[in-house]
Amino acid sequence: MTTPLPSAVGSTAPASLPPDGLDGLDPTFSRLVTAGDPGRTWHLLDNADHLARLGVEPVGTLLCVHGNPTWSYLWRRLVTAATAQAAADGVAWRVIAVDQLEMGYSERTGELRGLPRRVADLDDLTTALGVTGPVVTVGHDWGGVISLGWAVDHPDQLAGVVLLNTAVHQPEHLRIPAPLRLALRPAVLGRATVATPAFLETTLALGRPRLTAAVKEGYRAPYREAARRGGIGGFVADIPVDAAHPSAAELDRIATAVSGLQVPALMLWGPSDPVFGDQYLEDLVGRLPHADVHRFEGASHLVAEDVDYAAAALTWLGDLPTAGSDDAGAEAASASPRPAQPTYHPLWHQLDEQRHSTETALVEMAPPGGDSPRVVTWSLLARRVRELAAGLTAAGVRPGDRVSLLVPPGADLTAVLYACLRIGAVVVVADAGLGLRGLTRAVRGSRPQHVIGALPGLSAARALGWPGRRISTTPLPRATARALGVRYALVDLVDLGQGVDTPAEPAPDATAAVLFTSGSTGPAKGVVYSHRQLAAVAGALRDQYDLGVGTGLVAGFAPFALLAPALGARSVTPDMDVTSPRTLTAPAVAAAAAAVDATVLFLSPAALANVVATADSLTPADHEALAQVRIFLSAGAPVPEPLLAAAGRLMPNAEPHTPYGMTEGLLMTDVTLDVIRDATSTRPDGDRGGVCVGRPTPTTEVRISPLDADGAATGEPTTDPGRTGEILVTAPHLKRGYFRLHLTDRAATRGVPDDRWHRTGDVGHLDEQGRLWVEGRLAHVITTADGVVTPVGLEQAVEQVDGVVRAGVVGIGPQGTQLLVAVVETTTPARRVALADPELAEEVRGAVGRPLAAVLVVPDLPTDVRHNSKIDRTRLARWAEGVLSGGRVRRP
Amino acid sequence: MKVLVTGASGLLGRAVAARVLAAGHEVRTFQRSPSTVPGVEDLRGSMTVAADVERAVDGVEAVVHLAAKVSLAGDPADFERVNVGGTERLVAAAAREGVARFVQVSSPSVAHSGSSIVGDGALPADPVHARGDYARTKAQAELLALAADGDAMRVVAVRPHLVWGPGDTQLVARIVARARASRLPLLDGGRALIDTTYVDNAASAIAAALERAADDAVHGNAYVVTNGEPRPVAEMLAGICAASGAPVPRWSVPAGLARAAGGAVEAVWRVRPGQDEPPMTRFLAEQLSTAHWFDQRRTRADLRWTPEVTIDEGLARLRAAGARGG
Repeated sequence: MTTPLPSAVGSTAPASLPPDGLDGLDPTFSRLVTAGDPGRTWHLLDNADHLARLGVEPVGTLLCVHGNPTWSYLWRRLVTAATAQAAADGVAWRVIAVDQLEMGYSERTGELRGLPRRVADLDDLTTALGVTGPVVTVGHDWGGVISLGWAVDHPDQLAGVVLLNTAVHQPEHLRIPAPLRLALRPAVLGRATVATPAFLETTLALGRPRLTAAVKEGYRAPYREAARRGGIGGFVADIPVDAAHPSAAELDRIATAVSGLQVPALMLWGPSDPVFGDQYLEDLVGRLPHADVHRFEGASHLVAEDVDYAAAALTWLGDLPTAGSDDAGAEAASASPRPAQPTYHPLWHQLDEQRHSTETALVEMAPPGGDSPRVVTWSLLARRVRELAAGLTAAGVRPGDRVSLLVPPGADLTAVLYACLRIGAVVVVADAGLGLRGLTRAVRGSRPQHVIGALPGLSAARALGWPGRRISTTPLPRATARALGVRYALVDLVDLGQGVDTPAEPAPDATAAVLFTSGSTGPAKGVVYSHRQLAAVAGALRDQYDLGVGTGLVAGFAPFALLAPALGARSVTPDMDVTSPRTLTAPAVAAAAAAVDATVLFLSPAALANVVATADSLTPADHEALAQVRIFLSAGAPVPEPLLAAAGRLMPNAEPHTPYGMTEGLLMTDVTLDVIRDATSTRPDGDRGGVCVGRPTPTTEVRISPLDADGAATGEPTTDPGRTGEILVTAPHLKRGYFRLHLTDRAATRGVPDDRWHRTGDVGHLDEQGRLWVEGRLAHVITTADGVVTPVGLEQAVEQVDGVVRAGVVGIGPQGTQLLVAVVETTTPARRVALADPELAEEVRGAVGRPLAAVLVVPDLPTDVRHNSKIDRTRLARWAEGVLSGGRVRRP
Repeated sequence: MKVLVTGASGLLGRAVAARVLAAGHEVRTFQRSPSTVPGVEDLRGSMTVAADVERAVDGVEAVVHLAAKVSLAGDPADFERVNVGGTERLVAAAAREGVARFVQVSSPSVAHSGSSIVGDGALPADPVHARGDYARTKAQAELLALAADGDAMRVVAVRPHLVWGPGDTQLVARIVARARASRLPLLDGGRALIDTTYVDNAASAIAAALERAADDAVHGNAYVVTNGEPRPVAEMLAGICAASGAPVPRWSVPAGLARAAGGAVEAVWRVRPGQDEPPMTRFLAEQLSTAHWFDQRRTRADLRWTPEVTIDEGLARLRAAGARGG
């Protein structure tokens, strides 16, 4: 070692058992084992005796290796949970969680142990323990590297690897993280790591949420004096800063061998880690592309403390084929017949077909920097896509690279999108409605290699440190380009691509896109589509609305608008601020419709209200253009029937439609205004209520997973009419999965007939005619002592009461004995929160026809920012419970 | 079965005696003033006199114990003597007599320290943290009674919450009197949800507990009994006032202030008890400003009982009784 460490590093001490009473640590798991030659004594947690007492045979061993400066305490919950699972007749895993030598309660040998030595130490230990049978290694921090060292050296025993925030390789273009650079400075190293507990305390401060005092004490327990902290300094000194470092060769050996591992892999990641950030996850995913990955948004370095990693790991282990999972069920499910896959036409198919056409492909009513509409022909669009595809290739964009598109809808976005798809790059599209914070999370989390953006997007990318090489849609002054870290503008790419061959077309099942939209709860999730699935979305639109070559459509709803060129349809982007759909006016829609002789109109619900509100400004010519429209579609959120009807009156020849779907499946059912009216007036299911969203589209199937008494969707999926439960969907155009959210993937496919089904998180029922009714979100189901209640039907009943504009019905109190509370906005807006006056309360109670604990009047119900139509019932319930407990009154 | 009902001159006691009688049992009532329940053997006496209590349990097979000092203020020693001493004496006498079933009528306040109750079940009685002399002594009494539970004598505690109905001299009469004197504030706007119990429902639940006391899943337990229809306190009080022809309370006091005032008044009152109760005690302030509603699932399942009279029906009966001059 060239780095000076204090003499305390040379201290020796025998191994010992941890003191009793450390928070969450069961002392009966602790044991001491001597291994190696000369013999060194280890402290480890081991549940072998517990399993033997239970009389169960483990299916395998989890070999858990902590990092620096923690100890086996890190794995206490995994040992406990695995033992509890075995005791509850679940699959039994033996868990061995070691204290590495010089660390925790293992022996202090006074030696400095580099990486090769530590990998050998671990082998000595498993030999001494006589570990036989399948082993899954589990590692965190530098323990990740050492566990992988064991893994690559024991291919015959290795059954899987689990990694929590770790790294096996320092990517060339990245510097060592700043906190480690500081700790590695010779003047700092010894003092920070050994002489003082600074390194330990810095690590313990990384808990998100903050670690409790008791847990911090647990981590500190073995490291109270400098003489016990030598291993901490030794570990830091062992970080291979360059190729000459004694441990560099071993690290390289392990990193290279990891790339050859074929065993199942799980990565549980805290992306807020200031040391082992997303860039290291990216490197590991590159080596183990088959890995199941879950990024816990908000979690940090101590991900094992921040989230329930033990349950996540045990669940994943339960899915392994070796762990005795129920294969018979899976086979039976896969035997269920699937509708035939639609013929695959790549998304750029029509661009190829129409490449000589001088017909209009798209019109941009308000192009950036221009005042007259920009008209792009098919031949121009096809050429631009070819040029950009070549240019992007020349600029280093490779198949499989993720490209974040921060471009507003219009000709530029369309050209770049199809160019990226054509060369097999994965487009990452985030909805501007996410807001800057959500957008930052989305872009950081998707870890794009490239960002293509307009100026505001690029500025944000620079200011917020979003990853990726940056390409500008417009040429920038050199100083600006340098300041923003922009290498190319799109026009540069056209030159750059001269004479460059584009790569072969991507395979139909290659990943095509990651779409982020604002979730109703929690951080936005990236939804992954393959080329085949995205092409199927276009196909579903074509079949449902009879779109095709020559159809003119007004593209006021981006997700569908972008697919128009794939259908050969002529599209127009109206003059509107995309970040604020509410600004779209009726004349702007009419002008757009006139520009492409539109017969189809797509709008978002937020835009719809303003279009109706500005209808008075329409000229006779505008009315004439709108009279050509035959289909009018409002997509993205439920639309009140009167608003749909009012919009329909502006387009006397159009049939108003509203589809039901989600980012995971963009067009699952569709319904016309007439059907809504008929269904609502006949109410085939009595007072069950809900919003009728119509029948599944031709290639979609819908089933219902009925609710149990706890409001959980545990029922066997069924198509029986009248059963309320979680709505399950499948279609060729359904997503493939979520981006690096393994647990979310698993939850969305729990208990479904096969993995092409998706749990929507919505609750509803099918009626006798096969129409789907949405009754609310699963998370908003209310469990009263008299049974499970869904909110939408009750809200509709309350909204029938004179003087009520909008209502939210929520449950308060403990699950299973919740009380119903109605919270209403009134025609004369309330100035403050109050109990409804007795007359209103009586009418509302009468309308609901169930016991209602209270009726509250509020100035505004909390809703989503984007559509101002989805009531945030989770928040409303929390608020109502506070108010009705005598708590302080704030607005909901 | 021959059943002793103590405290049968009050609203709930009379209703219980009548219901037990109607169920086909022989009933003896026992209290200081006449029970006025037709068809029962009425015995007069005091819970504080040992000989009276001995006479009361003589020859009975079951006891329903309602007699208690119920008040928001008063001499702590009185509460002790009647609620604790009286229960202790009665339980011992019943055990000696070979009584097989003993229903202790208690109160949810025995388990709560003044914070809000949002869907809780029946927690153990806690004399240390119970608020006020009434709740504290009733907590001790319930613990005494349940401690006597065994195979020989099966003891069940039933805790009806805020019992009201026509002819009620406790809750309804007090609310109405205070409303008439403009001394009934709505703390914090009266938004706190409270569970109440219409008297017939409380009586039927107690009668159900008597029937079910022999069951091993039932005896030894305490059950909170309510209508299971929590309402904001303002609505409940307004309903009772309207049904009784009293003015509906309108003014509002911040709960913290009222609690502090209640504490001071209560302290003064203890030293110089007067004819009337203090206008506000801490106990009442807490009752009116924090949520008090309960999980009724276990009560209903174990006692095989559901309330027969809804809140709205109860208010209608209150109004009708007022119109008849009852």
